[in-house]
Amino acid sequence: MLEKIDGFAYILGDDINTDDIVPSHTLTMRDTHEMAKCTLEFIDPHFAKNIDQGNIIIAGENFGTGSSREEAVNVFKVLGIKAIIAKSFARIYFRNLINLGIPGITVNWNEKTFSKGDNLEISLKEGLIFNKTKSSKLEFEKLPKFLTKILEDGGILNQLKKNLEN
Amino acid sequence: MGYTIAEKILLDHSNLKEISPGQFIDCNIDFIMVHEQLGGRIHKEYEKLGIDYVWDPDKIFFILDHWVPAPTISAAQMHQDCRKFAEKYKFIHNFGYQLDKGICHQVLPEMGFSRPGMLIVGSDSHTTTYGAFNNLATGIGATDVSVVFATGKLWFRVPESFKIIMSGEFNKGVMSKDFILTLIGNISTKGAIYKSLEFHGQGAKTLSIDGRMTVSNMVVEAGAKFGIFLPDKKLETWLAKRTKEPYKLITPDKESVYEKILEYNLSEITPVVAKPSNPGNLARIEEVEGIEIDQAFLGRCSNGRMEDLQIAAKIIKGNSVDPKTRLIIIPASKEIYKEALQEGLIEIFINAGAAVGNSTCGPCIGGHLGVLGSEEICISSTNRNFKGRMGHPTSEVYLASPATVAYSALKGKISDPREVL
Ligand code: SF4
Repeated sequence: MLEKIDGFAYILGDDINTDDIVPSHTLTMRDTHEMAKCTLEFIDPHFAKNIDQGNIIIAGENFGTGSSREEAVNVFKVLGIKAIIAKSFARIYFRNLINLGIPGITVNWNEKTFSKGDNLEISLKEGLIFNKTKSSKLEFEKLPKFLTKILEDGGILNQLKKNLEN
Repeated sequence: MGYTIAEKILLDHSNLKEISPGQFIDCNIDFIMVHEQLGGRIHKEYEKLGIDYVWDPDKIFFILDHWVPAPTISAAQMHQDCRKFAEKYKFIHNFGYQLDKGICHQVLPEMGFSRPGMLIVGSDSHTTTYGAFNNLATGIGATDVSVVFATGKLWFRVPESFKIIMSGEFNKGVMSKDFILTLIGNISTKGAIYKSLEFHGQGAKTLSIDGRMTVSNMVVEAGAKFGIFLPDKKLETWLAKRTKEPYKLITPDKESVYEKILEYNLSEITPVVAKPSNPGNLARIEEVEGIEIDQAFLGRCSNGRMEDLQIAAKIIKGNSVDPKTRLIIIPASKEIYKEALQEGLIEIFINAGAAVGNSTCGPCIGGHLGVLGSEEICISSTNRNFKGRMGHPTSEVYLASPATVAYSALKGKISDPREVL
């Protein structure tokens, strides 16, 4: 997990909320894969289909604001999103990301830093995003040890399971 | 060095001797609330842990409220999953069968489970509501709930605190909803991410418990983790009616450190709305007056309490809802419903042409009992107006106080309640 993460940028704006990510009407669906098909449907109806072309989310301020619905992280997990980079995260959303084992990276960026489809390589260990397409580098503040440990363990439930077994 | 309320309570629930903002700590949880999320994700996650117990079945509060009674087959199945789980793990406070109770954030305090000094978490972002009772309460996701179920503990980042000093008193027609919408609009929906908001001053004391709950409910709309009121006589009187359990009132230390101090004179607050589609999209009522509405909704965990129904009834009494507007009123709990019945408020609403529903989240999440069609406009006493939140993605929601909602329903357009109060 702390080794390099390689993927393609998908750009979103500010204040993307949990209702945008998983619209309320999907919440009673029992099959997460069904639910995942509706991910971000009000913003980009083709998002779920074209996911291979953008599996690292780049977002603006306050990403994941709103509800505690963890589905808003889980659908990304199901779709194979490797990391989310945002200018800032909503509190519960950030917890849910880390708990489910998806790195949430907080860093400032602008239109020149990333374009849709850019090939990125992220090193959590070094706190570095390498934009291969643009040949540019962006440093970010590394996650505290406490959180990287959860990511390394593959999410907090895996960590807990290990602890319960010991 | 002194501690803020959040720091004091977190320290109290940790094994540490001292803490400071930014630190990651493990805390013991006093009480946890879960609703439909139990059947949504929690049960599947929990089963993965391979344990056949929960840490303390007496500290778990389980209620169904979002889709009640079940409006669709999928909601009904979700409820079944929830009930099975609650039975399997022998929850003591299991309200999976009583569909009449009401919305979690109203019922839990009414039953005396939200007391000063506690650390409470819930599978819902508006768990912050309980901060009105001088405790720490915040929302968590399904995986966090599983961790608490298994261990009774959870990790926290100690938040920085904001001190909000309130003075003065509201003028007629202005409510705590106008205050919290103003605050969110001023600091923006990202203005308090991860922060603990403490509400101080004489102004805070003038707010009823109902009004404080509205404020604490919506702090999460500014990104905050907690929204805490200081204790006073009003709180103790309220608690005396609901619980015999002991509790410890928490005040901040004199030398406590705040990242920001904001001051509000309540007499300067005027009726406002949050325009579509963001709770921070603040506008004075004068800027939106006259916008025609298709629906008006009074209810939800943000409002739908006695104070809200009383002011609405005062405005509505003897009048009729505009013929082209639908008014939906949902009391936040059965207790409130009964009280409103006894006071004759429900009759006033029905006579005016309102549809009064059983206590549930209902229209708030576009679930049932008043879902919006394409391009419809709704004025709502709720707390979120995200795109598609209450129905069709092209529908639009204006957030406002119960007084504004009630008067707008009569006029068929957004209207200033001060005209009639
Ligand atoms: S009333 Fe609305 S905001 Fe409150 S708990 Fe229910 S769905 Fe959430």
